[in-house]
Amino acid sequence: MEFALKAENIIKYFYEPVEFQALKGLSLEVKKGEFVSLIGKSGSGKSTLLYVLSTMDTDYEGNLEINGETLTGKKQNELARFRNEHIGFVFQFHYLLPEFSVLHNVMLPALKLGRYQRSEIEDRAYEKLKLLGIAEHAPKKASRLSGGQQQRVAIARALINEPAVIMGDEPTGNLDSANTQIVFDIFRELTSKYHQTIIAVTHDDEFARNSDRIIELKDGLII
Amino acid sequence: MLLLFEIAKTQMLSRLKQSIIATLGVTFGIGMFILMISFMTGVNTLLEETMLSATPHIRIYNDIGVQKSSVLHEWKQGKQFVNVVHHIKPKKEKKNLKNGFAIVEDIRKDEQVLGVSPQVSTQVFYNYGAIQIGGSVVGVNIFEENKLFDLVSKMQAGRIEDLLTSNDGILMGVGLARKLNMNIGDKVTVSTPDGTLKVLQVRGIFKYGIGAIDDTRSYANISTVQKMLKEDTRYITDINLKLKDYYQAKTIAQAYQKRYNYKIEDWETANATILVSFTLRNIITYVTSITLLVVAGFGIYNILNMTIYEKMRDIAILKAQGFAEKDVLGIFMIQALTIGVLGGVSGLLIGFLLSWWVSTIPFDSGGFLATETFPVNFNPFHYAIGIVFGVLTTIFAGYFPARKAGKIDPVEILRG
Ligand SMILES: Nc1ncnc2c1ncn2[C@@H]1O[C@H](COP(=O)(O)OP(=O)(O)OP(=O)(O)O)[C@@H](O)[C@H]1O
Ligand SMILES: [Mg+2]
Repeated sequence: MEFALKAENIIKYFYEPVEFQALKGLSLEVKKGEFVSLIGKSGSGKSTLLYVLSTMDTDYEGNLEINGETLTGKKQNELARFRNEHIGFVFQFHYLLPEFSVLHNVMLPALKLGRYQRSEIEDRAYEKLKLLGIAEHAPKKASRLSGGQQQRVAIARALINEPAVIMGDEPTGNLDSANTQIVFDIFRELTSKYHQTIIAVTHDDEFARNSDRIIELKDGLII
Repeated sequence: MLLLFEIAKTQMLSRLKQSIIATLGVTFGIGMFILMISFMTGVNTLLEETMLSATPHIRIYNDIGVQKSSVLHEWKQGKQFVNVVHHIKPKKEKKNLKNGFAIVEDIRKDEQVLGVSPQVSTQVFYNYGAIQIGGSVVGVNIFEENKLFDLVSKMQAGRIEDLLTSNDGILMGVGLARKLNMNIGDKVTVSTPDGTLKVLQVRGIFKYGIGAIDDTRSYANISTVQKMLKEDTRYITDINLKLKDYYQAKTIAQAYQKRYNYKIEDWETANATILVSFTLRNIITYVTSITLLVVAGFGIYNILNMTIYEKMRDIAILKAQGFAEKDVLGIFMIQALTIGVLGGVSGLLIGFLLSWWVSTIPFDSGGFLATETFPVNFNPFHYAIGIVFGVLTTIFAGYFPARKAGKIDPVEILRG
């Protein structure tokens, strides 16, 4: 069985304001094409774990491997490059670049990667927007869209480089139930049809129940 | 790289007003620098030219000083005697250059020399009724002198040739003529230091625009002055030189000093105090300009800091998506450089237009300087300094905020 992501014995301390162990040596493996929900009480360490897994937080102990590549100990520059190519991130708040058009927002990570010509990237970005049902908003400024629409743009952006793993920190946390359903369906389709791997933090029980697997955190450990 | 430009551009356009203000800061700084330096060096050049229009590049004369030793000193010197001669005074000595014309011929052969004018000068009193006015009469070959100082252009009345047609003719400085109430054809009695009286006739009036000359000097033929001093036709007191390149004066003077046993003085040494004032003026110009640029630099620093503060979230998003530290640094350096280059170029333009405008403003120097408008220099070198300095300032001012942006930790921002 191929793993998309493998984390071993992850320990994370915070030192401010007082020393505090947020992650207490947890390990997890996520298979390719799996749709995993990360749940747990507020303060249990879900976000902290996700930032470690996303390579943005490098100040941890343990070992992290994505797509068969060991990431622990790599330099910031290499990690940036790796994130660009292999990790898509969806935030709770939609976090688009407000001055750029919807299409441009989706194109940026691909332009950065530079794997394709600009015209091709534009076509691909359109494709992703179509997949998420918001292609008609492509030329609009990102800040002009509704919350649910923006979240779908953010997902399209996370998909643009066809990453090994898509991670979301409460990607539906700000959406109403109808929009939550839309996002869930998209995730479902991405995993089953396109074999994308998804790890999503959620407080939504129904969302979690309908995913492939639930990982529950408590006080920095998986239960 | 293109992508970074794209992002930088979008960010700048989205805060167009602040970007323009920051750019204007640089524009103002560089513009004022160009205006000031052009004007200051214009003034310096004008003063230098005015000075040189009346000053020989090199002057050779017999510097009569106090003898350092007396005959007594030479006698039994160094033995057990102590010889004391109190307050030694110079002997009566002629002020002339003994082999003057030979030196003149010798110097004429020098490639670097443009013109040589041997002369006999003497202090005189101009008698004006009961009043005596001190001054000098300089005996010259008027055509040689013209070659050095372009006397033709300085004639207010009469022509220089008129001097040759009479034995007792003089060309008189305009200030002196006014004091003595002289016009062409009028006669004046002068007395030499040894009391000889001589009647001279004004054949022309010249104006250098320098009071020290115009108020005291008259030109006469060499022979006229030689006769006044009761000297023979080989008697000359000064040799004045004009060089092809007057910045060589010092070196050439030093070379001559080795060859000729007289005082050789170059114009820079003779006018050292004026040259110091040039230097001081230049320093003031540069200090003020640098201050202006530093202020502009603070403007850039400020605007970038604000941008970064406001765009913290965007920076975090970019980094989360795989933009590296150097990419973010690049985005903000591009913004700083854009401000610097746009501001710099428009500053040069504004500076040029302002200097040009100043150069057309009428300026009345009271006839002391040969100019009707404010003097302004248009030197491409200053423009080069301006742009280089402007861009350097922006790079410097932009680097620190940009580096800060590059170091932003996305996790801290995104955790909210
Ligand atoms: N920057 C920080 N400095 C210090 N402590 C922190 C920091 N970030 C998180 N913590 C602590 O680490 C623990 C885990 O936080 P985390 O944000 O991972 O919780 P979470 O499970 O995501 O909670 P929520 O569901 O509310 O988002 C909490 O006790 C929190 O106070
Ligand atoms: Mg959280």
